Amino acid sequence: MLPRPTSHSKALGPGVAGPELAVATSAVLDRPPQPGAHLPLSGAAPCAVDPSSLNDPRQHTKYPYVTGTSVLAVKYKDGVLLGCDTLGAYGSTKRYKSTQRLYRVNDKCVVAAGGEISDFQHISNLLDELTTDDYRIDDGIQLTPQQVYSYLCRVMYNRRNKMDPLWNSLVVGGVQPDGSQFLGMVGMIGTHYTDSHVTTGFANQLARPLFRERQRDDMSEEEALNLLYDAMRVCYYRDKVSINKFQVAKVTTAGGVSISEPFALDMRWDYKMFSNPTKWAVGAW
Amino acid sequence: MASTASPYQLGNPLSKVQADAADGQRQHAAWSPYDDNGGTVVAVAGEDYCIVAASTRMSTGFSILTREATMMLQLSDKVVIASAGMQADRKALHKLLQARHVMYVHNHGRPMSLPATAQLLSNTLYYKRFFPFYTFNLCAGLDEQGRGAVYNYDAIGSYERSGYFCQGSGKELIQPVLDNQLKAASPLALPPQNTLTALPLEQALDLVKDAFVSAGERDIYTGDQVEILIITREGVRRDSLQLKLD
Repeated sequence: MLPRPTSHSKALGPGVAGPELAVATSAVLDRPPQPGAHLPLSGAAPCAVDPSSLNDPRQHTKYPYVTGTSVLAVKYKDGVLLGCDTLGAYGSTKRYKSTQRLYRVNDKCVVAAGGEISDFQHISNLLDELTTDDYRIDDGIQLTPQQVYSYLCRVMYNRRNKMDPLWNSLVVGGVQPDGSQFLGMVGMIGTHYTDSHVTTGFANQLARPLFRERQRDDMSEEEALNLLYDAMRVCYYRDKVSINKFQVAKVTTAGGVSISEPFALDMRWDYKMFSNPTKWAVGAW
Repeated sequence: MASTASPYQLGNPLSKVQADAADGQRQHAAWSPYDDNGGTVVAVAGEDYCIVAASTRMSTGFSILTREATMMLQLSDKVVIASAGMQADRKALHKLLQARHVMYVHNHGRPMSLPATAQLLSNTLYYKRFFPFYTFNLCAGLDEQGRGAVYNYDAIGSYERSGYFCQGSGKELIQPVLDNQLKAASPLALPPQNTLTALPLEQALDLVKDAFVSAGERDIYTGDQVEILIITREGVRRDSLQLKLD
């Protein structure tokens, strides 16, 4: 048996070991990587990791910790609408119920994110630097949504190339200088596309079909909001890691960006299928 | 792999980590830098034309991301590059080639020829030999003599000139049809036989369209629309074909 290091936490008491892997022991850190008889000493496998980095206590992103779920977005007559809930989940624990996953870049552009919240905060910082530059240069020109989208595509792709991704699915929405609406998505490995309606995460399966059926580029704001609400309802019904607390960002040529206060949608739980889901299933009684 | 050094011991949480590391086993990452976004590309070359076609559906897993994605890059009036595979790598590769093309035109005062582009594409792909672009490319158009040509590539730049080829998710469905209809001699024959088709342009175009319709029936990643570029001495003409949305 290895000597188990004792924790000095008063909560645990004297002579008791804390969580093993959280206390780094020399046995783990000092061991050099073994090549093994079946592996050559020289040459690298494709996409090989530098062996010295195995002893490095700093690590590349392996898993996301605090995550946001779906983002939904549609174009409509006056601009674009983006909607998401305000949950920052820690695995399946609903840990932070007031996170804002919508970020206002400038008058014309909003970025929303699903995935790792800390990586989104980093991305918000990067965009903040760009906006500050725009302000400082003071020539009346602001970053357009298309430019923000291109910038984020490159950031995400380059981080993926370094095998250290920003674990996010981003949605960029806004109005271009010529008045046309812009909506695009960028994923964590750099996959990106623009379309009239865009979603990330669970909403790809749940909301996208609704959008395909009902969304039109010239829909009125009321129609678009109702569509968004219906889609957010479906996402809340069927995504276990979501809450009934949403925010919607609206970007229009005339009105600029407005991000709503968090609100709840009315939900119905008295559907017969919800109350007794297996009643008509084959073999049920 | 069985470990002979320090097997897992009940009650000692560190032992599994030690056993794995002693084995030489690395922890596997929870994500992959690659993803196949589907789609099929086809190119057919004739005596004085070249047809390049690509489907416009972009998918991930079993979801459709968009029905209007483009897989082709038109570098000039004579050269088109079509790539199937991962969309992020495709865009990065196309961006790179476009930049190189702009530089070439600036330095040489004329667009890049098809054989030159073919070589550049091969070198660019091999440059990333140990972290490849996940793209399966076709470089097609008119060569310096005005005859059609298609160059086909694997992901790391190995390439060959041929009269027709297809890449992407529907390639196994389409390639045999092209082989049958365009009656190519075997690429192994010596001396190398000319594989340019003698079919007139309209018939070759019909063949390409039929091939896509058939592939769209059986391949889930091919559908929505087909973007077609027809390169002739007069320039580049666009055509499109609606496919089923399912």
